[in-house]
Amino acid sequence: MLAVEMKNIYKSFGPVKANQDVNFELEQGEIHALLGENGAGKTTLMRILYGLYKADSGEIFIDGEKVAIHSPKEAIAAGVGMVTQHFTLVPPLTVAENVVLGYTNGIVLSQKEIEKNVAAASEKYGVQVNPSALVKDLSVGERQRVEILKALYRNARILIMDEPTAVLVPQEVDVLFEALNRLVKSGLSVIFISHKLVEVMAVCDRITVLRDGKVANTVKKTETSQVELAKMMVGRETFGVRLQDACATSDPIYELSGITLDGKHEKKILEDVSFCVGTGEILGIAGVSGNGQGELTEVLTGLVPPSKGSIKLEGKDITHLSPGQISEAGVGRTPQDRHQGTIGELTVAENLALEHIKDYTNKGLLDRKKIREDAATIIKEFQIKASPGDQLRKLSGGNMQKVVLARALSRKPKVLIASQPTRGLDVGATEYVRKRLLDERAHGTAVILLSEDLDEVLALSDRIAVIYEGRIMGVVPSAEATPEKIGLLMAGAVE
Amino acid sequence: MAKFRLERAPAPMWTKALIPIVAVLVTFIITSIFIIMAGANPFEAYYNFIIVPLSSQFSALEVLVKATPLIFTGLAVTFAFAAGYYNIGAEGQLYAGAVAAAWVGATFTNLPSIVVVPLMLVLGFAGGMLWALLPALLKVKLKVDEVVTTLLMNSIIMYIISALLNGPWRDPETGWPKSPEFFEAARFIQIIPRSRLHLGFVIALVLVVIVFLIIKRTPFGLQMRAAGASKAGAMFAGINVNRTMLIAALVSGGIAGLAGVSEIAGIHYHLISELSGGYGYTGIIVATLGGLNPIGATVAALFIGLIDTGAQTVSRVLGVPVYLGDVVQSTLLLVTLSMLLLQNYRIKRI
Repeated sequence: MLAVEMKNIYKSFGPVKANQDVNFELEQGEIHALLGENGAGKTTLMRILYGLYKADSGEIFIDGEKVAIHSPKEAIAAGVGMVTQHFTLVPPLTVAENVVLGYTNGIVLSQKEIEKNVAAASEKYGVQVNPSALVKDLSVGERQRVEILKALYRNARILIMDEPTAVLVPQEVDVLFEALNRLVKSGLSVIFISHKLVEVMAVCDRITVLRDGKVANTVKKTETSQVELAKMMVGRETFGVRLQDACATSDPIYELSGITLDGKHEKKILEDVSFCVGTGEILGIAGVSGNGQGELTEVLTGLVPPSKGSIKLEGKDITHLSPGQISEAGVGRTPQDRHQGTIGELTVAENLALEHIKDYTNKGLLDRKKIREDAATIIKEFQIKASPGDQLRKLSGGNMQKVVLARALSRKPKVLIASQPTRGLDVGATEYVRKRLLDERAHGTAVILLSEDLDEVLALSDRIAVIYEGRIMGVVPSAEATPEKIGLLMAGAVE
Repeated sequence: MAKFRLERAPAPMWTKALIPIVAVLVTFIITSIFIIMAGANPFEAYYNFIIVPLSSQFSALEVLVKATPLIFTGLAVTFAFAAGYYNIGAEGQLYAGAVAAAWVGATFTNLPSIVVVPLMLVLGFAGGMLWALLPALLKVKLKVDEVVTTLLMNSIIMYIISALLNGPWRDPETGWPKSPEFFEAARFIQIIPRSRLHLGFVIALVLVVIVFLIIKRTPFGLQMRAAGASKAGAMFAGINVNRTMLIAALVSGGIAGLAGVSEIAGIHYHLISELSGGYGYTGIIVATLGGLNPIGATVAALFIGLIDTGAQTVSRVLGVPVYLGDVVQSTLLLVTLSMLLLQNYRIKRI
């Protein structure tokens, strides 16, 4: 008998079809992976099963019986538990208190008794926790075990794990996999959401691949390979990848070596990131969102100092300079989020002047005439639809992005950090921004392009570095780069 | 049944100018309820609140006297809030400035006005800054919420003043808890004879211009406004947000300190623990009503000065509690804040 059967599930969010005619079967006692790129519809499907979303149409069977699940509470009653990426524990409470929270009978809560119960459950399921420890003192891996135990304590027979390894260090991943293997032997069925080929092949029995909201295929692990799975994920044929040295350029002007950024927990957000960029070159950095591009942008733009490693501009160390000093040194910076990198309440002209305020000071006062005149020139040059005195927040996304880009480029930088330069822009604005980046390249600027839009990276870059889990997986020259090759690296596949 | 939904949509520009007028009208309507409950006619009450104080020279000047400390504290709060530092401690900083002034005014008995008055202003400013220093440092070094710490500092200074007035500064003859009387040269001159309007009002107006220039016309002012509007954006543009906030906090404290100097040297001539009638807190209302603009704050201070003066008249003529003035002020603040928020929305029928 099947533990879970989801039939013909449809779910749309406005125009976005998140799930289309999805059929999914979970057998009793198996670990079943839901594999797919970001936005493929994995999490949506599982949120429907857990009662967080309601499917537009379709049927759900649990243990062969048709069910209608309207809330997580009903899902728990039906034997479904979910462990999300973001834990829902209360840090100042003990492990035992967290496990029983919302699942107790009676009025009096005996600390001793719940600790005894939780210890017994820990023993029974083989999930090791210390019932009397405070959650705030636990490591991420330990917290995750508490979450798992919490689901099991509520008699979950089906456990959904949403990208459980995203927050773990490698040793903890091993511990998790051991625990999962033990649990399925005692009859638990596990759904394992992931976009990482390596771990899917390591721990799962069967794999269902989702692509653009539809099921691409369901296969047994023993009958497939990483390359085949990657092919299903991106929907095209894949080839082997020839990796290039991260610093193959002849004339490096900007050099990153060994940049490491420690996270809040044990896991490193960036690990040993090294690359070079030469004059007149665009280095694209591709990756699935959440693999460290955002943090890398923050390090490159000077907002966050790296824990280790160095950044050199024309041989000079600029690792620990402030954002202002970095732009003085000749690095044009654009923020990954134009709203975060600008000040909406101030005018276009003020935003343009803000970074180089010393140049706009005359006898201690702001040179308002120069601010206005320079802004007018920049507005004309970059075809921004606004006047200098307009409040920035009133501008459209495209025009705001042009302001951001103009601010960086108007100082004729040697290096340009372009992070998500076309995110959320319409076709016309996107074209304009891309053309500007190519113009800069033609003028000899070294451009670092961080983008989640793979087509953009492929279209503009001379070389492409792929970031995965905070590490550079490899650098591919653009002549050899195909979406499939890059896609395989983005999913963490190594040959 | 028809359903309605609140949608985000900015109001047209011209409504901005209407906000103060509509806010005052709505406030009148709401507070009428309380005036009626107090047993008076709302129209008569408002006639006494607004018109009577302006109908004689003496009471009109009294409005300016009442507005003087509020201009100072309103500017102080404006300065800090503009930089995104929520200084709730203008009240305590005012007293710190007053302590400094009280010491100067009673100590340097043989110096001329031209020396003593500037000395008092400088030390009063320094006193306010000193009182603002600890919360500001806690904020930038340890991210301790300044709303809490600046507020707590207000209570601390009251105990220090109590200790001073009941200890070394207690009046030796009467035994009253008040500091020694200022000698003549340390007293602010009267601008208009036989009125209480003093030099402090002129200093306040000069300060309005200075603060306006700093906030709107200097590089530091631009950086301050940037940091106040978006810390992330300001940091990205290379502004040292912590340093900017620290300076804004200290200057804000200094300006509040000047309010203390002005009150003690212009009105009382000695330190008492009831020197400020909550001017520091009213400064928050003044700054908010003024839209964090020095000119706006001045207008708001004058209006509240008017309501304060009027409240005395209303109370005397109609026999209602003088606290009605506070009710009007508070209601006005709530109405204005609601309108500033609601102007970003429209109601749509669905």
